Amino acid sequence: MKEVVVLSGKGGTGKTSIVGSFAALAKGVVLADCDVDAADLHLILQPVVQQGQEFWSGRVAAIDESKCTQCGLCQELCRFKAIRDFKVDYITCEGCGFCSHICPAEAITMKDNLSGHWFISDTRYGPLVHARLGIAQENSGKLVAVVRQQAKAIAEKRKLDYIISDGPPGIGCPVISSLSGANLALLITEPTLSGIHDLERVLGVCHHFGIPALACINKYDINEHNTRQIEQYCLSQGVEVAARIPFDSAVTEAMVAGLPVVEYSRNGVSHQIEVLWELVSKSLAK
Amino acid sequence: MIISVASGKGGTGKTLVATSLALSLKGGERVQLLDCDVEEPNAHVLLKPLITHSEAVCIPTPKVDEQKCSYCGKCAEVCAYHAIAVFPKNVLVFPQLCHGCGACSYLCPEKAISEEMRGIGVTESGYADGIEFAHGKLSIGEPMPTPVIRKVKELANHDSTVIIDVSPGTSCPVVESIKDSRFCLLVTEPTPFGLSDLVLAVETVRELKIPCGVVLNRAGVGDDKVEEYCRKENIPILLTIPLDMEIARLYSRGVTLVEGMPQWKESFLSLFERIQEMASERSRSLKR
Repeated sequence: MKEVVVLSGKGGTGKTSIVGSFAALAKGVVLADCDVDAADLHLILQPVVQQGQEFWSGRVAAIDESKCTQCGLCQELCRFKAIRDFKVDYITCEGCGFCSHICPAEAITMKDNLSGHWFISDTRYGPLVHARLGIAQENSGKLVAVVRQQAKAIAEKRKLDYIISDGPPGIGCPVISSLSGANLALLITEPTLSGIHDLERVLGVCHHFGIPALACINKYDINEHNTRQIEQYCLSQGVEVAARIPFDSAVTEAMVAGLPVVEYSRNGVSHQIEVLWELVSKSLAK
Repeated sequence: MIISVASGKGGTGKTLVATSLALSLKGGERVQLLDCDVEEPNAHVLLKPLITHSEAVCIPTPKVDEQKCSYCGKCAEVCAYHAIAVFPKNVLVFPQLCHGCGACSYLCPEKAISEEMRGIGVTESGYADGIEFAHGKLSIGEPMPTPVIRKVKELANHDSTVIIDVSPGTSCPVVESIKDSRFCLLVTEPTPFGLSDLVLAVETVRELKIPCGVVLNRAGVGDDKVEEYCRKENIPILLTIPLDMEIARLYSRGVTLVEGMPQWKESFLSLFERIQEMASERSRSLKR
């Protein structure tokens, strides 16, 4: 069983559209949507939820007003400034529990926090593990870890060959959590100066954690000069550019139709994504 | 006044809107742009600021003096993040897991734990084309963007109109960036992904009780469900930017919209007027 995670650094470069198409192309696959705070893969794969679970993670301080003597020690010691006027701002509270340990009146307890939900679903292409982080919640990295563990368990149990993960944008905790221990990172970029800048940073994260990477330039024809620059950069970093996908309104039309673009149209975009999947699966077989 | 520019979905045009809004206001107002997308900051790619000041962002992490340590295990017991582990003759600290809360050093009965500052990123500030500029960069391999975001926000000049470019998503970095804003602009595109993530972003700003309005970018692609949703939820669409390959090409070269197409300046100025109206309306209704 091999796992590829699709990342980009910059958001909106086409990760989810490409993962949706991989779902249709790959045989024996579990899909994992690791973008738990803005998940979209379900909009293409139309899952039927088989199992849903609550995700309890982190804790939040609660002050018992009847015990509180308003001594102010908790406010003084909280480094996150989460206690004001002897009330806890639950959005700012990082759940460290320091206040609960030092309160002389023992008025502070830590309450478990429901921070989201995760689901195992069936799709036409195979099982999908996805999640929904609660609004303004923390611990997205831990929820990503749960999604990946579940995907792995399903792949092992049903003897499926691939886990394909749709990763989050950025380079911080949910990205690191999506990436650690994966067999391959596929980096989707676009030929904009921002896209290049963000590719460099996310590739840095791949190098940092020792995960091999492949690149794909999406909407390459928006700026062919930049596309060549990305190719040179990738060459210098020893990263293969596995595909160049042209800009095509079919990608959005497929999204509106709720279909993977490879099932929606038979044009250049679909062909390039097929080539890309072939190279990705070959890379995974190495 | 702080105005944040957020989106839920990535790549909808936050940085395009934030930079052009900032540039349109200069001359009339003092304006500052803070790029709080510290994982993937991009505003500097468009604004090309002259950086005059930079500062490391550090968080305190425990350092155990094993001469004093009695291996009692109190520190590991109180650490909510499992960033410290105590063995019979050994203590291990995992700095990347540490949030720097200070509980372990304060509660150590042997006073064996001091704190040392560990760099996790940097803030840089300066000027770009008549506006004040600051951004933060999280170091590669570091998981926690929020301390860097806090430091960028400390650079806010409250005599200026402050525009914050926010990271995509709806979780802690977004909340840290947009809280204390007087208004939040939500940039989206008229596609199913755009709508799905807009709904989450709206829930987030409502949770924080910040008034919001929508910028609809790449209008003409996709469907009309975003507009339908905004009507139903009574969220004004304050600016519509069409799908235009010329705009995409300008952005790809790192040229701001108002620089490449100066005719857009008027639209951004009226956008700002609407924001001011809505923000002061909200303040009035809160006072009532």
